[in-house]
Amino acid sequence: MRYVDEFRDPELITKASEEIYRLADPERHYRIMEVCGGHTHAIYRFGLKDILPSNIELIHGPGCPVCVLPMGRIDDGLAVAKDPDVIFTAFGDMMRVPGTQGSPFEHKARGTDVRIVYSPADALQIARKNPEKHVMFFAIGFETTAPSTALTLMRAKAEGIENFTIFCNHVTIIPAIRAILDSPDMRLDAFIGPGHVSTVIGCRPYEWIARNEGKPVVTSGFEPLDLLQSLVMLLRQLRASEAKVENQYKRVVPWEGNRAALKAMAEVFQLRPYFEWRGLGFISQSALKIRDEYAQWDAEQRFPIPGTRVTDPKAAQCGEVLKGVLKPAQCKLFGKECTPEHPIGALMVSSEGSCAAYYNYEHRKAAAMVASISSVA
Amino acid sequence: MCLAIPGKIVAIDHNAAAHLGTVEVAGVRRKVDLGLLEDDMPVAGDWVLIHVGFAMTKISEQDALEQMNLLQMLGEAEQAMQEVHGYGGDENAENSPGTSRVS
Repeated sequence: MRYVDEFRDPELITKASEEIYRLADPERHYRIMEVCGGHTHAIYRFGLKDILPSNIELIHGPGCPVCVLPMGRIDDGLAVAKDPDVIFTAFGDMMRVPGTQGSPFEHKARGTDVRIVYSPADALQIARKNPEKHVMFFAIGFETTAPSTALTLMRAKAEGIENFTIFCNHVTIIPAIRAILDSPDMRLDAFIGPGHVSTVIGCRPYEWIARNEGKPVVTSGFEPLDLLQSLVMLLRQLRASEAKVENQYKRVVPWEGNRAALKAMAEVFQLRPYFEWRGLGFISQSALKIRDEYAQWDAEQRFPIPGTRVTDPKAAQCGEVLKGVLKPAQCKLFGKECTPEHPIGALMVSSEGSCAAYYNYEHRKAAAMVASISSVA
Repeated sequence: MCLAIPGKIVAIDHNAAAHLGTVEVAGVRRKVDLGLLEDDMPVAGDWVLIHVGFAMTKISEQDALEQMNLLQMLGEAEQAMQEVHGYGGDENAENSPGTSRVS
């Protein structure tokens, strides 16, 4: 596949890995955070840690919009779906995320009309095709996804489609990074910056990280060569005691971002004064809500939302894993009470959750190793 | 939701009120919304990055090629240095730890 295969070339991967070994100072222990859940998954899926020196520690950031959503918001969305005239639509990623009364899929099994969509535009289409029903789209995602929700709302308004609302859980990435840097138990040397969020917001929003915090940032693509090249760029900066923002993902990320996307977001959304994030607590100005001009399409204005606040099960350490303080395997429930088949927290089910990444890729490797050792003994 | 995939625009739908295009991804054709690219509309033949049914940016072939070049060049300076270290002609030069060229 074009623009994919080239960035998986084994020879170039070897070259990049060798360069990283050359650049990494053996006297140093590097702590580099990849913010994006998508990067976490790529790192595990492609086994990149196996070709990095052991003194580079990759720390998983909170860039997983499903993972950071508190359980109460799932309950709130599903409360609206109880109405038999409501069709609850969401991305596939949401379907197995646990609420206190079960996940959307479990609600579907009990008779709620729950449907997977791949695009907010699909949800709007369901509304067009089912005028006697109400379609609610459970919107999640960072700035990558918010513009598409915004455009969909603009289309709904332009067409006068009345049986459609959005339950908005869009969050913004910069406040999350700020919260991580402000956290006393987090010591980081550099960041692998978000890839696709940056196609919308550009690279400027990260400049304060380099300028004020003195940490290098390289916005990265998602293929193995992208990530390795980003590490080369970060190590070069660290060696030279530099700190600036660089764009590795040039083929897709414009430095100034996508003006039309930002404009659509500004038209439809405004910042909430504060929003609760799993693991990071309440963060001000970190999430989007729908503007009054679009109130008719805002599920929170059309329906009574319980506003449930639910704390995670006591034993689950989702918050600490999200912040990067714990590795997934260090959570007491990992692989025992909490697996992809019966998840306790969203990190184990989301396609961008670090527990899911670790479980699906690393865990099996460790188990296979244990099995092969015990079969020889 | 970071997942975004490259796709090639094979047709633009000029009739729709919304800007729609047909993209081809691994042989499969689907309609995507081009509304986020209204400042710089792609044409048939362009590659775009698609996320949740919307095109996010155009993919720059130029930048992709430049990137590949940079990656190709990794390690070349090192290899050149190793090559030169291996030359034994200068008696005053420091010995390099046995980099004998084997072709």
